[in-house]
Amino acid sequence: MEQIIENIKKQFTLSDVTTAHGTYITCEKKDTVSLLTYLKDVEGFKHLVLITAVDWIEDNKFQLTYLLNSPKLKTELGVRTFIERSVWPEESEMQSAHHLWPAAKTYQRELHEMFGIDFPGSPEINDPLILEWWDDIPPYRRDFDTKKYSEETYYPREGRSTNDPSDYMKDQLYPREGEKNA
Amino acid sequence: MLDYGVNNRELFPETKSDGTVDIDLSSGKFVKVWQGPQHPGITGNMSLELTILGDEVMESKTHVGYLHRGFEKLMERRRFINNFPLVCRICVPEPDFNEYCYAAALEELAGIEIPENAQWIRTLILEMARLQSYMMWMGGQAGSLGMGMIGQWVYWARDRVLQLFEELSGARIYHIYIIPGGVRENLPEGFKGRMEQMLQDVENVLKDVDRVLFHNAVFKKRTIGLGYIDPDWVDEYGITGPNARAAGFNRDIRKNYPYAKYGELDFEPIVKKDSDVFTRARLRFEDARLSIDLIRQILAKTPDKGEFKAKMPSMLHWKIPPGETYVKAECTRGEYGYYVVTDGSGYPRRINVRGPSYTHAVTLAEKLMVNVNLADVAGTLVSIHTYPPEIER
Repeated sequence: MEQIIENIKKQFTLSDVTTAHGTYITCEKKDTVSLLTYLKDVEGFKHLVLITAVDWIEDNKFQLTYLLNSPKLKTELGVRTFIERSVWPEESEMQSAHHLWPAAKTYQRELHEMFGIDFPGSPEINDPLILEWWDDIPPYRRDFDTKKYSEETYYPREGRSTNDPSDYMKDQLYPREGEKNA
Repeated sequence: MLDYGVNNRELFPETKSDGTVDIDLSSGKFVKVWQGPQHPGITGNMSLELTILGDEVMESKTHVGYLHRGFEKLMERRRFINNFPLVCRICVPEPDFNEYCYAAALEELAGIEIPENAQWIRTLILEMARLQSYMMWMGGQAGSLGMGMIGQWVYWARDRVLQLFEELSGARIYHIYIIPGGVRENLPEGFKGRMEQMLQDVENVLKDVDRVLFHNAVFKKRTIGLGYIDPDWVDEYGITGPNARAAGFNRDIRKNYPYAKYGELDFEPIVKKDSDVFTRARLRFEDARLSIDLIRQILAKTPDKGEFKAKMPSMLHWKIPPGETYVKAECTRGEYGYYVVTDGSGYPRRINVRGPSYTHAVTLAEKLMVNVNLADVAGTLVSIHTYPPEIER
């Protein structure tokens, strides 16, 4: 693995290499697809395990992780890149990798839908995959509030009363004077 | 009326170099058929939008989203331990792989070593989960080709496994027996004997299935040559597990990347070549037998007593140092993995679940269904063993 990292460093600038729990390297946004092509064609990382994003809202960045596996070397390599986090309704943008692995299409469709990251040129990128007719903030972003959304979208069913559990138990266990038989 | 049979191929539209055809719905030649979400031949809550000509599928589109529960989002707002009731519900037939991957990822990030006894019990649980999932799949494969009886037999056998799960954990489906730091309890007294009894019951059922399913002229005729997966697709489409092994690739995470106690077990992954529905079915059948063999090996090596849980910090105040990791396991459908990112707080930053069906059911199924007969769509789809909840989580 060290040899592979050395080979990569000859051609690409890596800003960070971590080997604590598996090997993860960080490269620049513009180099990502060429690095993936290099890893797939030259170093034998043929299997794309997953593409996913992490929302670092405090740094205003999205982290994209491409996890690759080399069946020959029996090892995994994570390629990280940081892209700018746009303010919804504007979308962040990243180059597509569907020409390297057709399976990347599905991951990119999900990222487009869930994080609002656009991959121009990726097939069916604008078709909804899981959510249909969604016009709110992409739901996997950190600033999407699930509780607020459910309170606005759904409503309590009529005829149901809810109690605060602690108050309810207190009333049950220690009924106040005069209220016991009320 | 025009006959769109095999003898009249000139009536079919020309296939372009990229494998697609021009579909003009207004010509009246094509019919759109939805297979699913309510259809006995679909593997759960998903649907295939099929465009057919005659009774041959020209184009297929997978639609998911009928079961989206937003687990990955919900997990970001719960403490690490509070997520256990969620992770097992990502996959109904095999909840234990989720529990294992999630627990192992947390242990790796927090730097916790788990006791030897717990490792053996975890391996046992994972193999039991594999066995019962194969049983369930076998019923689906036979049922999708019109043999409902085999489904009844193997579901009885699956229930025998579930009974033992119930004895072990108190629950039949969602066990939550694997927890961070180890397992909940040691094996109960007499459990190994009851396991052996169960294995013999399952073996008897498998003998019948072998005779009735794999030596059945109808099953052979319908499945040999159907749903061929080209070995070239394996890397491009992210095909893993039995689907890749049936195409001649020796890819078994249990053997190649040993986790839990698989490194100390004696077995060889089953690899076949023909890569059609029959080969995949046969491979899974033999894998179920291998699983029985592995359970016997594990039972012989599991100590009766011993430490089953490492010393853990208080679960409600458990903070994990910043880091990221990917932990994977071989489930019946392929590579199951958890990508976990932590930021030093008491909550996970991001958890991404890599279900094997993610690639199988969408990109692969869309390609595989083309030129398949409408009557064989269900059988082909079951043969790649997909499960929708892990696509949408």
